[in-house]
Amino acid sequence: MIQTLHKLWRNHGGLHLDYHKEDSNAAPTRHLPMAEELIIPLQQHSGYKPTLTVNAGDYVYKGQELASHTGFMKVPVHASTSGTITAIEERPIAHPSGLSDVCIILKPDGKDDWGNARMPTYPDPSQVDGEILRQRICAAGIVGMGGAVFPAAIKLNVHDNIPIEALIINGAECEPYITCDDRLMREKPLEILRGVQIMMHIIATQRCLIGIEDNKPEAIAAMQAACEELGEQRIEIIPIPTLYPSGSEKQLIKILTGKEVPSGGRPSTLGIVCHNPATARAIYRAVVLGEPLIDRYLTITGKGVAQPCNVEVPLGTPIQHLIAHSGGYTPAAKRLAMGGPMMGVSLHTDQIPVVKATNCILVSDIPESEQQPALPCIRCGLCAEACPVTLLPQQLYWHSRARDFDKAEQYHLFDCIECGCCAYVCPSHIRLVDYYRFAKAEIRTQRDAKTKANIARERHDFHQERLERAKREKAEKLAKHKEQAQTNTDDGKKAAIQAALERAKAKKAEAAAQTTTGETTE
Amino acid sequence: MIFSKRTSPYVSGKQDVSSIMRQVLYALIPGTAVLIWYFGWGILSNLVLAIVFAELLEWGMLKLRQRPVRPFLSDYSAVVTAWLLAVAMPAFSPWWLIAIAMIFAIVIAKHLYGGLGYNPFNPAMVGYAAVLVSYPVQMTIWPAPVDSSFAHIGFGQTLQHVFAGSTQGWDALSAATPLDAVKVSLSLNKLLSEIYATGQFGLLAGQAAWGLVNLAWLFGGLWLLWQRIIGWQIPVALLGTLAVMASVFWLIDPQAYASPLFHLFSGAAMLGAFFIATDPVSASTTPTGKLFYAAGIGLFTYIIRTWGGYPDAIAFSVIIMNMAVPLIDYYTQPRVYGTKQGQRG
Repeated sequence: MIQTLHKLWRNHGGLHLDYHKEDSNAAPTRHLPMAEELIIPLQQHSGYKPTLTVNAGDYVYKGQELASHTGFMKVPVHASTSGTITAIEERPIAHPSGLSDVCIILKPDGKDDWGNARMPTYPDPSQVDGEILRQRICAAGIVGMGGAVFPAAIKLNVHDNIPIEALIINGAECEPYITCDDRLMREKPLEILRGVQIMMHIIATQRCLIGIEDNKPEAIAAMQAACEELGEQRIEIIPIPTLYPSGSEKQLIKILTGKEVPSGGRPSTLGIVCHNPATARAIYRAVVLGEPLIDRYLTITGKGVAQPCNVEVPLGTPIQHLIAHSGGYTPAAKRLAMGGPMMGVSLHTDQIPVVKATNCILVSDIPESEQQPALPCIRCGLCAEACPVTLLPQQLYWHSRARDFDKAEQYHLFDCIECGCCAYVCPSHIRLVDYYRFAKAEIRTQRDAKTKANIARERHDFHQERLERAKREKAEKLAKHKEQAQTNTDDGKKAAIQAALERAKAKKAEAAAQTTTGETTE
Repeated sequence: MIFSKRTSPYVSGKQDVSSIMRQVLYALIPGTAVLIWYFGWGILSNLVLAIVFAELLEWGMLKLRQRPVRPFLSDYSAVVTAWLLAVAMPAFSPWWLIAIAMIFAIVIAKHLYGGLGYNPFNPAMVGYAAVLVSYPVQMTIWPAPVDSSFAHIGFGQTLQHVFAGSTQGWDALSAATPLDAVKVSLSLNKLLSEIYATGQFGLLAGQAAWGLVNLAWLFGGLWLLWQRIIGWQIPVALLGTLAVMASVFWLIDPQAYASPLFHLFSGAAMLGAFFIATDPVSASTTPTGKLFYAAGIGLFTYIIRTWGGYPDAIAFSVIIMNMAVPLIDYYTQPRVYGTKQGQRG
């Protein structure tokens, strides 16, 4: 056993929840028949929309790029199977507001044909330059698959001035119900670890800590066995206590290293890079097998599905299709969410497709407590006890509610990770996280408006100044001209007068002289 | 299929306001039972009257304020207030005294400030302090505790006393509480050893009855702690400060200052530490703040008991410290993850 005694640190607060992991984690991951149509949203990452490279009517091979990634914070999407693009149109996507966005509709031809779309392979990545591997990761459309969907290549772009001490792999999977990382670690530990080795090569670190909550003993054992098989001494598999939200990036970093990510900062400032096991596996497949990110593991679970399970499905598969192959809905099915019960996004329809962020489809009933109205805050402080960030959720609530956003920010509103612990424990059933989301959104809007106003003002000021300057310059020019003209005229006049006077004098003198002469001559 | 939309989290804990209040009521049962053993109908009449007045006033105020009646009446918060007042006021209190206390507690201290959750002062203690200051005589007449006192003062006599104000033969039954007795005797320049020699004092340096009542409050309070309804900070800091203050002066002059045990077990210290100061609405909310808040209550309690004009002082001390809560909360904010200590909001 490689298991070493690793010192662990404790975060403030946290919750022991009803995990319901056993609902879905017992059976091996299933592969479902291909859906009738795949809906591939153009944007499946945090950043900017990639540029479409296909048109409706095009035939595409499996793995073919559908939208290109050239540009900052752009991540490409690929065809999850071979088939025909039937349309490029707006479809509902997994967004809290139930918005629609541009999706590529792909009708599979059933051949699942790669054509020549597979990228060149790097059988031995350790011999390849890190930058080339990083570009491959970008080209393969890989994003953080824990749900944050931040472009993986950007996260792996570390600067030489901060050496990376450790890579952390977040296998905590702390949200109730979700078991896809658990199954992935049990079933594909070698692929994950090979991906980890590639990442360690790219960021040039000699240490990797893999944190897994101790309610996943099989996953821990499988990962440890794989580690031994690879003879990898640099990677530590570390069981951590099961406590929500230990799988939050900042919380896990504290647990494993005792370091805290500075408020408003990134883990890289501590010399730490954090990734999800599914991302590691996707990196392995992109680099060694030349396959872009076109499918993923996910959990279908909750009271509302007949046969909870884990599946590996092509991206773009409609949720409806997943449910149909998991025994359908039960009468309890009242709410559909993407993600876990603590932080998931609720969806209004099952027409929405699986995307890179989809780790779980949770179909649940509506608890009785939800129908009760929220009572006033009784200041019991249970929220502050539960908060993993040591915030004072109650104060944040009062200030957010009163729209006193400056005060809310002073109480570290933006350090809130929206884990939902406070709202979970609140005896008055106040939807605390909603107040924080509202306050954050308002502050961001205000900031944007302020920035815009500032830019507009600067532009206006500049314009105004330019006008002033032009006016001033014109006036100056005029004045100068005038002065010059003035001086010129004055002198000229004087000179003319003088000249005239002199001429007159001369004439007079001449005349006088003539008279004298005349008199004398006569 | 169209699904119900909502924002996360979709699950919630089992605790709600009414279940918390109910558990406080359960924890009050042992102490109340001991009180009833010693004071019989006197405590029961207090309880019934206080709860009836409290619910009526709560209902009336909710109607006046145009608030939904059902969720607020069923939160048990008014019952807890009434119960605390009923066990703090002397047994066999006349109906009007209880009514006035409840008006101050429910109408003035609670609803005029905005109702549940918005009151800066502990409603029960505002009610108690108001009647203590206004009716000091009625508020300090406790009947002497007697075993199984239902037989001692009958139901009819209770009704007569509570509703008709009959005080026939009442003087013979009443007795000073231990804190009162000690205070009066000390003011007459008696030594504590002489006071103890009168034989009124036994268990835990107080009268046996009051010692038992306090032990029962302690028991209920520990249960609340174990149920995690209250935190350890407030009881520990309050009782600790009171004990430290009492020990210091007792060690200096044991004849002039009562012992720490006497202070802890003969007045309202236990009830105050576990049930009154822990009222979340009016207490400090930060972990460190709770320590300061409760230590302040312990300190003021000792000062007022020893050098002030009242035998007990939990009510005044709680109200004084309630005023300090916003300040305490502001200066005791915990360090947020990823920030340095002292980055205050």
